[in-house]
Amino acid sequence: MNSALSWIKAYVPELECTDQEYFDRMTLTGTKVEGFTRLDKNLEKIVVGKILKIEKHPDADKLIVCQVDVGSETIQIVTGAPNVSEGDMVPVVLDGGKVAGGHDGGPLPEDGISIKNGKLRGVESFGMMCSIEELGSDRNFYPEAPEYGIYIFSNPELKPGDDAVAALGLHDTVFEYEITSNRVDCYSILGIAREAAATFDKPFVPPVVKETGNGEDVNDMVKVEVEAPDLCTRYCARVVKNIKIAESPEWMKRRLAASGIRPINNIVDITNYVMEEYGQPMHAFDLDQVSGNKIVVKRANDGDKFVTLDGQERILDKDVLMICDAEKEIGIAGIMGGENSKITDDVKTMLFEAATFNGPNIRKSAKRLGLRTDASGKFEKGLDPRNALDAINRACQLIEELGAGEVVGGVVDVCAGLKDEVELEFKPEKYNKLLGTDVSKEQMLEIFGKLDIVYKPESNMLHIPSFRQDLLGQADIAEEVARFYGYDKIPMTLPGGEGMEGRLAYTMQIEAIAREAAERCGFSQAMFYSFESPKVFDKLLIAEDDKLRQAISISNPLGEDFSIMRTTTLNGMLTSLSLNFNRRNKDVRLYELGNIYVPKALPLTELPDERMQFTLGFYGDGDFYSLKGAVETFLKLVGMKNEVEYDPNGGLSFLHPGRQAVMSYDGTVIGYLGEVHPKVCANYGMKCRAYVAVLDMPAIVPLTGFEHKFEGIAKFPAVTRDISMVVPKGVLAGDIEKMIRQRGGKILENVSLFDLYEGDQVKAGHKSIAYSLSFRHKEKTLSDDEVNASMKKILNGLESMKIELRS
Amino acid sequence: MKEKLTKIREEAIKRIGEIDNLDRLNDIRVAYLGKKGELTALLKSMKDVSAEDRPKVGQMVNETREQIERQLEEAKKRVESAALNERLKRETIDVTLPASAPKMGHRHPNTIALEEVERIFIGLGYEVVSGPEVEKDYYNFEALNIPADHPAKDEQDTFYINGDILLRTQTSSVQIHEMEKGRLPIRMIAPGRVFRSDEVDATHSPCFHQIEGLVIDDQVTFADLKGTLDSFAKQLFGEDTKVKFRPHHFPFTEPSAEMDVSCFKCGGKGCRFCKGSGWIEILGCGMVHPHVLELRGIDPEKYVGFAFGVGLERIALLKYEIDDMRLMYENDDRFLSQF
Repeated sequence: MNSALSWIKAYVPELECTDQEYFDRMTLTGTKVEGFTRLDKNLEKIVVGKILKIEKHPDADKLIVCQVDVGSETIQIVTGAPNVSEGDMVPVVLDGGKVAGGHDGGPLPEDGISIKNGKLRGVESFGMMCSIEELGSDRNFYPEAPEYGIYIFSNPELKPGDDAVAALGLHDTVFEYEITSNRVDCYSILGIAREAAATFDKPFVPPVVKETGNGEDVNDMVKVEVEAPDLCTRYCARVVKNIKIAESPEWMKRRLAASGIRPINNIVDITNYVMEEYGQPMHAFDLDQVSGNKIVVKRANDGDKFVTLDGQERILDKDVLMICDAEKEIGIAGIMGGENSKITDDVKTMLFEAATFNGPNIRKSAKRLGLRTDASGKFEKGLDPRNALDAINRACQLIEELGAGEVVGGVVDVCAGLKDEVELEFKPEKYNKLLGTDVSKEQMLEIFGKLDIVYKPESNMLHIPSFRQDLLGQADIAEEVARFYGYDKIPMTLPGGEGMEGRLAYTMQIEAIAREAAERCGFSQAMFYSFESPKVFDKLLIAEDDKLRQAISISNPLGEDFSIMRTTTLNGMLTSLSLNFNRRNKDVRLYELGNIYVPKALPLTELPDERMQFTLGFYGDGDFYSLKGAVETFLKLVGMKNEVEYDPNGGLSFLHPGRQAVMSYDGTVIGYLGEVHPKVCANYGMKCRAYVAVLDMPAIVPLTGFEHKFEGIAKFPAVTRDISMVVPKGVLAGDIEKMIRQRGGKILENVSLFDLYEGDQVKAGHKSIAYSLSFRHKEKTLSDDEVNASMKKILNGLESMKIELRS
Repeated sequence: MKEKLTKIREEAIKRIGEIDNLDRLNDIRVAYLGKKGELTALLKSMKDVSAEDRPKVGQMVNETREQIERQLEEAKKRVESAALNERLKRETIDVTLPASAPKMGHRHPNTIALEEVERIFIGLGYEVVSGPEVEKDYYNFEALNIPADHPAKDEQDTFYINGDILLRTQTSSVQIHEMEKGRLPIRMIAPGRVFRSDEVDATHSPCFHQIEGLVIDDQVTFADLKGTLDSFAKQLFGEDTKVKFRPHHFPFTEPSAEMDVSCFKCGGKGCRFCKGSGWIEILGCGMVHPHVLELRGIDPEKYVGFAFGVGLERIALLKYEIDDMRLMYENDDRFLSQF
């Protein structure tokens, strides 16, 4: 919401402060100011001048030479403006002064434009006559200004030498407020002025609304029926006859302009003015177009069509509230009037409406119709029905004051019943206890007084004014105390109470170790979106009937690319790897810790299983085994010291069929790893090999442990034996190792592969593998016989696997 | 005999003095002191010496032997020392060549900021917990005093799965889950991912992170909230940081506030970074609304609480001067490797 400080000051006449003070103090009491703009910025040495004489420029057809009385003297100014005549009063910037902008109305330069005496085609010119654009404004706000040329004052009281900026109402500052949704009352000048008065501790002087109207009674002219009292809490109507459409006075135009509203004519301007001042939107109908002189407020029918005053046809439904006359719809309640009853320049008699509607209903209707207006924006907050009557009377008062028409006496007022007024017990100790303050009872009552909260000592109750719909409980009252006592004066302490132990939840500790492990192995942390496109399953070659395709859909996504909750992290990883690859980043290693969302059933009836996935991926330097090493580094760091089983037969479609493994630990599947299938790589635009590992954290967390026990340092020497063998390619090293471990017995301490060879030296379809076995007994030096016995069992085992030893 | 000895000695010393490697040293040892060495030969010829002269001559031979051995020992040291010096000289390397550490990965700036926040609050006795990202409407809105028709529901552009289930728009939902556990007092922070229907641009992402804080105890005050967040701001942004609390509105806290911190770039004087104001808006907070406690069966007459919510990206972008939110989810290695 934007408004001129001068308008606020109209109701807080004693308010004196700099713009910055106003900004700071209002913000500190809760009326947040976003920023402010001085309207007279860069307007220096600008006075009213009277053109005494105009002559042609001797050397230029398009220039004229003017003698201008600027009060203290008469100066010569050369101009190219086509619209001035002798006798005109115009703004003149004197030598050494400044204007805000150029005559073309482009963006305003930060430091304005300096004006100096000079010569135009050989004729001296002392200063410049100004257009409205040069004064930093435009014709939207000064509609009387010419489209091209100098601004000409119409006020007959101005004298040469007067402050032209003041005459234009530009010695003012426009403040931009961010009003919170609970403070419906502050979406109005009066609401903000009341806060300003309380903030600066000055009297609040709202306009005095006098009784208006001729001797007639509007109730004899107009009938109002509200058929939907649940949606229309109050409907006030008044009538104005003999309307004289004219321009509004300067002060009204200036205030509306500062609020960003273009002045149009007296009737429209008064409606807008009261909407700003009271926060109550009003609507004016041409009464001659209202058949039967009757207003009916009722729901529309599904499928009804209606043309709003912007000429657009709207399709209605039964939840849209309509304003109708005896025969037809004439307006969408709270949103926009109809074309059929709109005010034209020929209007003679007008019906003024000030009503309040059910806020949520207006919000939803406006949303469904795709028609949010200034009015609906206010109504949807749920306006105070008491304010409606004040507002319509204020509007009629302005009609009379401006001579815009003859107001008919009385009001048609259909009110479904005002809400009970709120009273709350005054509990000063409670407020202090909540705030941690020591504010005296008297101080609190003083604050309430400024806010029109009335204390009733006999009952110890606080009477809440109806416009403060946000004050419903004791905590709300405590906030009022805090706001005006000053948030900055409340002390800073730390909570007492029993000491508590700070810590990370266990799963988060494991995740922290995962980050540590990944980074040690050269992987950098990435973050992917939680939603993606349903097309990713095809990109990943995931089968039509795969469970991964059972993904949760978002009903209102940002687009198809963000429409399902991911069931796999692969797309995120491959998309990011691909981005890096295509930006020519070398050897990129990424990891992510993020959830997948696995529905228990679709459509979703209960919350899905959110499974944290630890995903590692890379391209460039490294291979399957470096990834396997990173995974095992993590598992070791979280205390998973047993052997991980790698099953190559998982058949994961998105991985290289010969380079993938499903990982199990103590019989539990914990994830998979492998080289990305070349077709998948191609689908992601990567012309290189890529590797991914995905670890399922909920499976892993229960397997982790941090028990450490010292088992002594071996005192007796180890005996090592090497064995070298030739095996068919299909035989897994893991199976050989497993057999060796099983058969080696307790004394087999370690098995390590030290040579692997495939090639010319080995017969086709075979590979040569060599292991170094180390044997040790905890309590004695092993004899050759003992080691030989173990070795024999191992060799027998190899034989049974049809593996031949190499000599 | 004596002359012979003197000759052997002088000759030996001379030869030892010329030694420049250990092999040569050994040759000389053998040549004089070995089984067939000159001195040994001389000793053998002792039998030709008269019995009375024998002790004297023996002594002379031994003295000569010792002298030669001593000389050999010194020569050995000299040669070894020279060899070592030679080796050290030869092994000189260029210490300015690049290091060869294993290549380490980098942590995401969001996580670096989060870990700092976690460290601060763990130090203040807070437990770090989490809650679901796909959430029931009830936990995200209704239980937080945002009923079905509340305008705040529109303000937060929510992604819905269906009428009842949505993607949480705020980590405040975790407050309710913690209260539901039935353990009091509560002192927790809950970091996590939240979702709002904002198109991706330099300052918006449909997916971002918040950190929620909640304290519930029998005696907690707004002053405690201020003190806690002041301590937080000073630890996060530096000891000289000042805080400013402005009244604000959140449906689930009352009184509510927004906290600004003095600009850590200009120290509050006003710069481009803080748009000239000297202050940077950092979080929202307030005393837990009594109605929120009531809904969870916590007696608001006995218990009070405060809550706060911080945007993680906001802190990370500010602290590390990242000027485009999109970088956070693009995962370009050239971005990540700067952290």
